[in-house]
Amino acid sequence: MAVPITLEFSGGAELLFANQKKHSIELPGSQKWDVKSLLPWIRDNLLQERPELFMQGDTVRPGILVLVNDADWELMGELEYEIQPNDKIVFISTLHGG
Amino acid sequence: MAKRCRVCNGAAQIKRPKTGDIMCKECFYYAFEEEIHHTVLAGKLFTAGETVAIGASGGKDSTVLAHVMTVLNERHNYGLNLILLSVDEGITGYRDDSLETVKINQQEYGLPLKIVSYQELYGWTMDSIVQQIGLKNNCTYCGVFRRQALDRGAMLLKVDKIVTGHNADDIAETVIMNVLRGDIARLRRCTAVTTGTDGALPRCKPFKYTYEKDIVMYAFHKNLTYFSTECIYSPNAYRGFARAYIKDLERIQPSAIIDIIHSGESLCVKKDVRMPVQTTCSRCGYISSNELCKACVMLEGLNKGRPRLGIGKTHKERRLFNEELARQAAEAAATNCNETTTTTTTTTTFTNSKVCCGGKGACGSMGGSGQAPEMCGSNLQSKSESDCVGSVSPSGGGGVAECANSLKKVRIGVPTAKPNLLEF
Repeated sequence: MAVPITLEFSGGAELLFANQKKHSIELPGSQKWDVKSLLPWIRDNLLQERPELFMQGDTVRPGILVLVNDADWELMGELEYEIQPNDKIVFISTLHGG
Repeated sequence: MAKRCRVCNGAAQIKRPKTGDIMCKECFYYAFEEEIHHTVLAGKLFTAGETVAIGASGGKDSTVLAHVMTVLNERHNYGLNLILLSVDEGITGYRDDSLETVKINQQEYGLPLKIVSYQELYGWTMDSIVQQIGLKNNCTYCGVFRRQALDRGAMLLKVDKIVTGHNADDIAETVIMNVLRGDIARLRRCTAVTTGTDGALPRCKPFKYTYEKDIVMYAFHKNLTYFSTECIYSPNAYRGFARAYIKDLERIQPSAIIDIIHSGESLCVKKDVRMPVQTTCSRCGYISSNELCKACVMLEGLNKGRPRLGIGKTHKERRLFNEELARQAAEAAATNCNETTTTTTTTTTFTNSKVCCGGKGACGSMGGSGQAPEMCGSNLQSKSESDCVGSVSPSGGGGVAECANSLKKVRIGVPTAKPNLLEF
């Protein structure tokens, strides 16, 4: 069954997503989702332009911070984190000027 | 998840990039602020009673800086009068929006705000500059103008110091850029926590050791309003490549950023390396390594319709201009030649070269100041002799052309002619 989650893009990352910061989505299928499988799904289904500015290899481009339920994804297992229903996952670009 | 804060054992949300420390939000806020306080103390950045302008762009760094400076000023009784100072570069769709963010910050922190614009200072907006020069090197203009604009705004406000939001990542980028460019003078200066103590308005970087990641996390968790659109003119900026490189390094080894800064700080320059002497611009009085500061050179280039004179490899543009002058001189010499002599020997060529330089030809009109023609004349004499004698062609017309060529070489070889650049 589908997994409903919230995605947020900010710090300039939203520019790759038609300037829309908040996305409520449902991850389809009955399989388990982790961040590793979520990233290409985002790239293929939500991303509007320049995928190379979002992903590099199988992970996010260096300089994009990821938070899972407001905690640094480095504390949550990064790519291996298994996504739970109603999770909030935030991507913040630090590559933009300050 | 079971990760706990190393300070209070609460639920952890933050992983510090510099130390790997795991923390909860509240402990992170405090540690973050106190680290900046430590930088302020260690660098003796402020004295009680000073008025300090915070360079505010509306971006994450300056927004967090304004916030943290307000917090620390109260918590540790710095006794500072803080003012927000913004520069309006005149970039439609970018700066006008970010300035709105600064205005929100102004209300949030209750600080006075002053905005100075390129339009009022220079008579040019970045929009109009880009219209003229295109999307290459435009960031060089913007950077040079902004630096000076901030100083001028600060002088208008009669402040004692400026603080900017340059963070550790920015400084590491700058170190790498200066290494790649071989810019020894800037390489030595760029890691200093305070610059401009010799006469100009001092500038400090309280975030010198603060990682960008921490700044972004702080802004995120504190819900600070900041502006984060890429400048519409910056995609070609050299800095972007250095930035991506630093981020790649950080992923492999987070301490790389602080290590690069440390390397920059520890570099020492051999005594016999010639450094530009810091002086003041003869036109506007701003601090400069040359007789005229970069901003005045660039502005002159813009106003005279030769914008490339002020950027990057200026010698190329100068060479083109010199060639133009040499051609004119050669033409003048050729006319001269026809009047006075009909021979086409080496001697004639040499004589001609004397006429075109020693007279009122290229050098005289080029060099506005009195010394340039002398310099050029003496140099030409020795250099053109060998050039012309060695390379002259026996054919009639060739002699004059060769001579013009040697003239060109000589002009390039005279570095003191640089200030004269602006005379056309």
